[in-house]
Amino acid sequence: MNQTISLLVENKSGVLARIAGLFSARGYNIESLSVAKTDDPTLSHITMVVNLEPRVVAHLLKLLDKMIDVISVANLSDGKTVERELVLLKVRVDPSQRMEILKEAELFRARVIDVGSDSYIFEATGDTEKIEAFIELFRKYEIEEVARTGAVAMARGLTSPHRVTATGGSS
Amino acid sequence: MRMKGAQIFVECLLRENVEVIFGIPGGVVLSIYDQLYDAPIKHVLMRHEQAAAHAADGYARASGKVGVCLATSGPGATNLVTGIVTAHMDSVPLVVFTGNVPTHLIGNDAFQEADIVGITRPCTKHNYLVRRTEDLPRIIKEAFYIASTGRPGPVLVDMPKDLLLSDAEFSYPETVSLRGYRPVVEADPHQIEAAARALMEAQRPVVYAGGGIITSGASAELLEVAELAEIPVTTTLMGIGGFPTVHRLSLGMLGMHGTWYANTAISHADLLFAIGVRFDDRVTGKLEEFAADAKKIHVEIDPSEINKNVPVDLPILGDAKLVLQQLKPHLVKMRAEMPPEWHRERRAWLDQIEQWKREHPLCYDDDDEVIKPQRLIEEIARVTQGDAIISVDVGQHQMWAAQFYRFKRPRTWLSSSGLGAMGFGFPAAIGAQMARPDQLVVAIVGDGGFQMTMQELATVAEHRLPIKVVIVNNAYLGMVRQWQQIFFNGRYSAVDLSLSPDFARLAEAFGIVGYRVTRPAALADTIKEAFSIPGPVVLDVHVAPEENVYPMVPPGASIKEMIEGQYKSPKTFQLT
Repeated sequence: MNQTISLLVENKSGVLARIAGLFSARGYNIESLSVAKTDDPTLSHITMVVNLEPRVVAHLLKLLDKMIDVISVANLSDGKTVERELVLLKVRVDPSQRMEILKEAELFRARVIDVGSDSYIFEATGDTEKIEAFIELFRKYEIEEVARTGAVAMARGLTSPHRVTATGGSS
Repeated sequence: MRMKGAQIFVECLLRENVEVIFGIPGGVVLSIYDQLYDAPIKHVLMRHEQAAAHAADGYARASGKVGVCLATSGPGATNLVTGIVTAHMDSVPLVVFTGNVPTHLIGNDAFQEADIVGITRPCTKHNYLVRRTEDLPRIIKEAFYIASTGRPGPVLVDMPKDLLLSDAEFSYPETVSLRGYRPVVEADPHQIEAAARALMEAQRPVVYAGGGIITSGASAELLEVAELAEIPVTTTLMGIGGFPTVHRLSLGMLGMHGTWYANTAISHADLLFAIGVRFDDRVTGKLEEFAADAKKIHVEIDPSEINKNVPVDLPILGDAKLVLQQLKPHLVKMRAEMPPEWHRERRAWLDQIEQWKREHPLCYDDDDEVIKPQRLIEEIARVTQGDAIISVDVGQHQMWAAQFYRFKRPRTWLSSSGLGAMGFGFPAAIGAQMARPDQLVVAIVGDGGFQMTMQELATVAEHRLPIKVVIVNNAYLGMVRQWQQIFFNGRYSAVDLSLSPDFARLAEAFGIVGYRVTRPAALADTIKEAFSIPGPVVLDVHVAPEENVYPMVPPGASIKEMIEGQYKSPKTFQLT
């Protein structure tokens, strides 16, 4: 079962390797991963989707939380979250199909961001199911390339699982 | 004040009150060694970097302070790795410094380059690649803080050569500010009260204590709590010394080669008070049957250890010493209120344990012709009166020492317990002797493990360290031979060490007094004589080659299923 993990981490070199190593050392695959800095440039927000038992994820979250460069961790798999990903899909178009393809893309609120003489690039956002359905629909045409961001997720409302407290310990 | 990076490095170590570092110089750390030439820090030149890491580890285990080691880039750094993993598995505070090639060559496959930060990422508590000279003081301050607080562990600091040669303004930070690191120390008072109640109300409670007792300095508190609540105590391999071996409430060690009565008490317990432990597979055997009837309380400083292997009923996040201190007033109050039946019930449980101790003691068949390894440990215990620091290697001798030595105090037992790294015992003894120059340090090693780091005889000779090395020489890789005998029909594959050197003469080649003992009759006097020599001694003791360690829980079996030794006229280990 897919689980979405959200991490707030130091925006430094080596942090992602440390986190990824926790999974690879156990032979676990990461289904999707998205990393970028937050409004505070010293922090990065990581969203990971993994397909693991909830018990395993609970243990991994503790191990992640232990890392010095990981500031806070959360499991966003309880449904009280919003999740989005973005896909770029390049499709080969035959002049006779142009109108039909555009109409179908519209059903998914996908936007055309590049028009070539025999191709379109669409941009679509949505939850993972919507993205999968969008790609599925276009399989009847000739898909040239698909690039997905992986999910980014956030808890609904003002209850953020990531509360950054000022400082840690001192000696 | 502006200083060169190498000078900043030495200044930082002085601010951290580092007295001894263990290391080997090399190309990229020459500037550091130039500073060390006249710095008030003792540098111990080891003969292999693995031994430098183990020595720093032994120093830390014996003293409770942070151990420090230093190596050059590439092979110097990679040779440290076994020692780093050992410290990581056993939660030993180390700060490990490595030089690296100049910043502009990193990633270029330069001469003696290795990605030591990448290599040690999964086996350190934290590690750093220093990018600017001015960051050195902050990073070193953080390294010592991280290594020594919370659940301790090794921290590696990798320093490119150019940063050590360039100037920066030096000021040592007063405090550490790490927003992602807040070790928990004090436990929730409600959980403490619940635990105290559970301890008093249980009918068959057992304390299962581990390395956390040693790390937090909680052995006095453990003794108090055990006596107040009248609860028998078993320790893990890491917990040895945390509770006196000889005590009416002592069950000795539990687990694969634990005592019959410790494992049996665990299996009959209705309450398990686990403190500073991690339910390791060598302790629990088959997980589902480990203390299956017991309610479990787990006191632990590292949240990721709670519910990792065994679901617990009452987790208590906190430092072992503080938790025991918090528990004590509750136990005092509750004990005073307990009815007479409580004392009778507790007496019945302790009587049951006494009976198990009498019926299934640790024992062996003594022999007049050949030295039994258990007898050797007993003789060492007799001569040292349990006051020595015992540094062991890994294998059969380690288990016999754990079983048959009489420990009185914490930090007198040094053992690579989690990783089980052969070659640990001798260099760890060097570190321990450096930390405790006035205490008798005995390295009890096997003939196999000793040959993995015996080059350090040169280090011992150079510093005239009065370490007593006792080689429990059975001319085999003994533990492997035991497993081949029991699980592989006695097909002894690649375990014969009968062509080892004459260790006594080898010692003499290093200028160290060597003894070779083969007859039981000579054993006691030789140990006494050897241990009275003020300098280093190597004692090569030839023991029964095919003696096995018992009891033994086969791997994967329940700890109820112990194989016991078959003895004709057993000499029993007297717990008095």
